[in-house]
Amino acid sequence: MYDFERVFSVRDAFPMILTREQIAGIAALARLELTPSEFPVYQESLSRIIDFVGALDACDTTDVVPMAHPLAGLSQRLRPDVVTEEDHHEQYQPNAPLTAAGLYLVPKVIE
Amino acid sequence: MSDFHRNTLTQLAAGLRARRFSSVELVSAFLERIEASQRSLNAFVSVTREEALTAARAADRALGAGAGGALTGVPIAHKDIFCTQGVRTTCGSRMLDNFISPYDATVVAKLKAAGAVMLGKTNMDEFAMGSSNETSYYGPVRNPWNPQLVPGGSSGGSAAAVAARLVPGATATDTGGSIRQPAALCGITGMKPTYGRVSRYGMIAFASSLDQGGVLTVSAADAALLLREIAGFDANDSTSVAREVPDYPALLEQPVAGLKIGLLREFFDEGLDRENERCVREALKVFEGLGAQLTEVSLPHLPLSVPVYYVVAPAECSSNLARYDGVRFGHRCENPRDVNDMYRRTRGEGFGAEVKRRIMTGTYVLSAGYYDAYYLKAQRVRALINADFIRAFESVDVLMGPTTPTPAFAIGAKTADPITMYLNDIYTIGANLAGLPAISVPCGFVQQLPVGLQIVGPHFSEARVLNAAHAFQRATDWHTRVPQGYA
Repeated sequence: MYDFERVFSVRDAFPMILTREQIAGIAALARLELTPSEFPVYQESLSRIIDFVGALDACDTTDVVPMAHPLAGLSQRLRPDVVTEEDHHEQYQPNAPLTAAGLYLVPKVIE
Repeated sequence: MSDFHRNTLTQLAAGLRARRFSSVELVSAFLERIEASQRSLNAFVSVTREEALTAARAADRALGAGAGGALTGVPIAHKDIFCTQGVRTTCGSRMLDNFISPYDATVVAKLKAAGAVMLGKTNMDEFAMGSSNETSYYGPVRNPWNPQLVPGGSSGGSAAAVAARLVPGATATDTGGSIRQPAALCGITGMKPTYGRVSRYGMIAFASSLDQGGVLTVSAADAALLLREIAGFDANDSTSVAREVPDYPALLEQPVAGLKIGLLREFFDEGLDRENERCVREALKVFEGLGAQLTEVSLPHLPLSVPVYYVVAPAECSSNLARYDGVRFGHRCENPRDVNDMYRRTRGEGFGAEVKRRIMTGTYVLSAGYYDAYYLKAQRVRALINADFIRAFESVDVLMGPTTPTPAFAIGAKTADPITMYLNDIYTIGANLAGLPAISVPCGFVQQLPVGLQIVGPHFSEARVLNAAHAFQRATDWHTRVPQGYA
């Protein structure tokens, strides 16, 4: 078993950083329906993860440019502005839960 | 019973070309092994018997006509994260339980073009989020060395399948160690190339700045053969790198005398199991015996790689998995009241617990007010870790250390606490953050369980990494060990 308590100061008693209301807010933003029994589970584990990643605070990053891409020297490639995709909807739509006349059907959005 | 499974992929490819046996014979023998072990190992989500036999017959015709590519007729399996045209592609999730991919991933298309025959799709942690294969909607994969233990993850199905010789090689992906960690825990070879070396097109996205496709095989020579076929520029992947692919198999035999090996001080930390450490140190002595020079190097920011990863990977995951909305493909809940109810219940039902945990973690660290404190901070520390690696490679050719802190652990042992599970990847995540090529090779046993040696090289040094791994496998026979019952 990796002896993580010796490497990281992960505590048994850690602060419950996130409230139940915050978990509800995050779930709403992420469009995830949670069951009542899932709330305490995610409240505890997300608090624990946020506590754990708090270890980054101690690292001095003054004047360090954030890295968004592992091959930092490379720039994003451009391609000629030409049509490369054909119409594949007949091939793609069999995977859709609900279609009619080539359209994807969803519940009414505008009243 | 045939003994095809006692041969390496390289030997099987040569045997097919010499027409010593047919692809149909080979494919049938491996299909039998897959079917016989499915109940005990659960390594596959789908077995494509009919498609495989059809492809094998075509391969035999091509070989008979003197045609065919490097892998014509060779059986392989694909991790179920790679899209396969006309074949169910689940990514280990209920969300994609009914998804039949309308196209092939570039890796799949390239292997098809080289003549390889797909036998099926391997089990995996849901959306590649896990280190034990326990988050799969299709149940855990079992380790062929001991069925009570995990095979590692997320490419646990591919690793178990190769370890049990159900296929001679399989594709896999590595976001934080998902090729190397299961390779170590199953006693096989696992190669993660440089970020951008292998196309991500059609490889279902988890964390796009970290995800990289690679291979699981018995030997480094087999990995070299498969990597040569799947590597290369692809216009369909915006981060694919236009750079010539070396002939990896042809470069395997270079001597390692004079190779400068850096021992990562941070990898031999307090958390490393002493017996694991003993195996790795023995392996380093083998390299010394071959004339390599060992020096200790330090990457001071490396211990922060796990916390960096658990900000960056969930952030990218929460964006990538926003596409699962129940509209165009995948699961949709029953009788939605309105569109928001459809999104929420579709995603609540379609995703498993670990995937939801990561989506929510990512949503939190990207939300207004926390973005600078967590996400940008993590990307800054990531830059420091990357700079540590680049500095280290100014004085050494490769870095070596353990792949994992311990051998395989029991199913259920680490599911209660996510942090304990995340720390399985403490030695592998660094290579993903910096986009470096890395391999895990078997280097010994602790209580009848395999241990992995990790070799990390500078960007695009796959040939050197494979060469070092191959030299080690010429000098040792750990990679030839097969679990009892599968020999």
